Amino acid sequence: MASATTTGGTTGRRTLGTVLFYVFLVTFVLVSVFPLLWIFKMSIVTKSELFASPPTILPQTTSTAEYAQIFSDSAFQQALVNSTIISTVTTVICLFFGSLTAYAIARMRFRFKSPVMTLILSISFFPAVAIIAPLFIQFSQVGLINTYASVIITDTVFALPLTIWLLVAFFRELPVDLEDAAKVDGATTIQAFRKVIVPLAAPGVFTTAILTFIHAWNEFLFANTFLLDQSTQPVTVVIPNFATVYTVDYGAQAAAAVVVTVPLVIMVLIFQRRIVSGLTAGAVKG
Amino acid sequence: MVLPSLLIIVIIAFFPILYGIVLSLTDSTIAGFGSFVGFENYTEMFQNPDFREGFYNTVIFTVVSVAMEFIIGLGIALAINRAFRGRGLVRAAVLVPWAFPTVIAAVMWRLMFQSQVGIIQYLAGAMGIISDPILSNRSLLLIASILVDVWKTTPFVALLLLAGLQVIPGEVYEAARVDGANVMQRFFRITLPLLKGAILVAVLFRTLDSYRVYDLFWVMSNRELASLSTFVYEGVRISQLQFGEGNAASVFIFVTAFLIALFFIRVLGMRTSAEEE
Repeated sequence: MASATTTGGTTGRRTLGTVLFYVFLVTFVLVSVFPLLWIFKMSIVTKSELFASPPTILPQTTSTAEYAQIFSDSAFQQALVNSTIISTVTTVICLFFGSLTAYAIARMRFRFKSPVMTLILSISFFPAVAIIAPLFIQFSQVGLINTYASVIITDTVFALPLTIWLLVAFFRELPVDLEDAAKVDGATTIQAFRKVIVPLAAPGVFTTAILTFIHAWNEFLFANTFLLDQSTQPVTVVIPNFATVYTVDYGAQAAAAVVVTVPLVIMVLIFQRRIVSGLTAGAVKG
Repeated sequence: MVLPSLLIIVIIAFFPILYGIVLSLTDSTIAGFGSFVGFENYTEMFQNPDFREGFYNTVIFTVVSVAMEFIIGLGIALAINRAFRGRGLVRAAVLVPWAFPTVIAAVMWRLMFQSQVGIIQYLAGAMGIISDPILSNRSLLLIASILVDVWKTTPFVALLLLAGLQVIPGEVYEAARVDGANVMQRFFRITLPLLKGAILVAVLFRTLDSYRVYDLFWVMSNRELASLSTFVYEGVRISQLQFGEGNAASVFIFVTAFLIALFFIRVLGMRTSAEEE
């Protein structure tokens, strides 16, 4: 137990402590979710209520006009499609390379293992902005500007350390005996990996996939650098620009923000246990 | 099996850094490679008031937001490190801000700080704290950005520290209690030292993340507020004239970020996972 637990005392003090504890929790939860609730409220009220002063706490009117507007906006539709493509492809590539690498690090002995791991992890501390100019020049030379490939490549590189880190942690928890048994039965390392490790590691791989997907979905710098045309821009680039397109249309901006975050929030609510175990996998040992 | 990942990382991340260093020593433009000019770009960069403003903003933002995230995160971690009803709900609520794309969080908060429809601007005005439009004052924008960052990442810090707290065995506290250690003594003599590893990981992660702040400033301030990263972006992507200075600034960010990481690992004694092998 933490040092924060109350030591002895009367029942009265303990009840007060419990009440304070729950007051603290409720405040904390409210502060965390307030912006989403408030923006949701802004997105469903009519224009006159939106601009009312003093503002209403609970919505007095409802209107779906803002949602109708953004969903009929072809730029927004395209951005949702682009974000989905970029994040999905990045996740698949990261899982492919990441699981091979993580399996080798978790199971095999090879020289320079420690420097290799350090090199891979150093990417997560790497200031991405430091390479946008050289990459922009190189991508221009090979015609990658304005293509999904440009951000899929860069997102993959910056998501890989996370993917590898998580998968190493998950693979290490799997029993080695099973693979040894498979190898005694004549399976190669690759076969042992495919037939034994992959099915067993599925929950861990799934968690890794969620976190990698969120990482790619939220990426902004590379997309804002390499994608100059709306035909390939993801939502993270398009929505902030709404502030310029719908200058005073705050309701539409709010609706767009809600549409983009709701899938993430649902994902987090369903998989919160797994996500927490994934996020803290490395930190405890560190 | 390790090779493909390693190759892609070296080609896409490390090779460009070297190329960036070369570019920063030349008068190249986005269109063509130039000739060697020594450290001219660096001298110009250090004299540029925009660079200095970006640097100060970045340092203030990093120090203040990481300090607040650490103190509040530690408080939350200590408070919820026990069994209680509704634990899942709290954990889910913690993850909500973390899962938001930074730019979308910035769009949402911008709407709340906004002077016509913003609830925060209204409340600040009604209570007589701030009457100026928050979004048109750079100092207020910096404070607002720090608050948004604290809102967004404190839960993450709390989760990392909570994971660290949960591996401290309860017997240690029991023994200390038997020996008559009070709450403060237990906190400073047991909790903090045993939590050092998790604290260093969380603080280093957050420091380097805040140090490269870009999207939050970009969207919160509608491109008004400068950071080191926005200076680089302006230089290499928007203003054609400052390509050299932009490259010099990107090398500056890389080197200083590296030094920060080195400081944590060497001076503060942070253990990296690689050393466990």
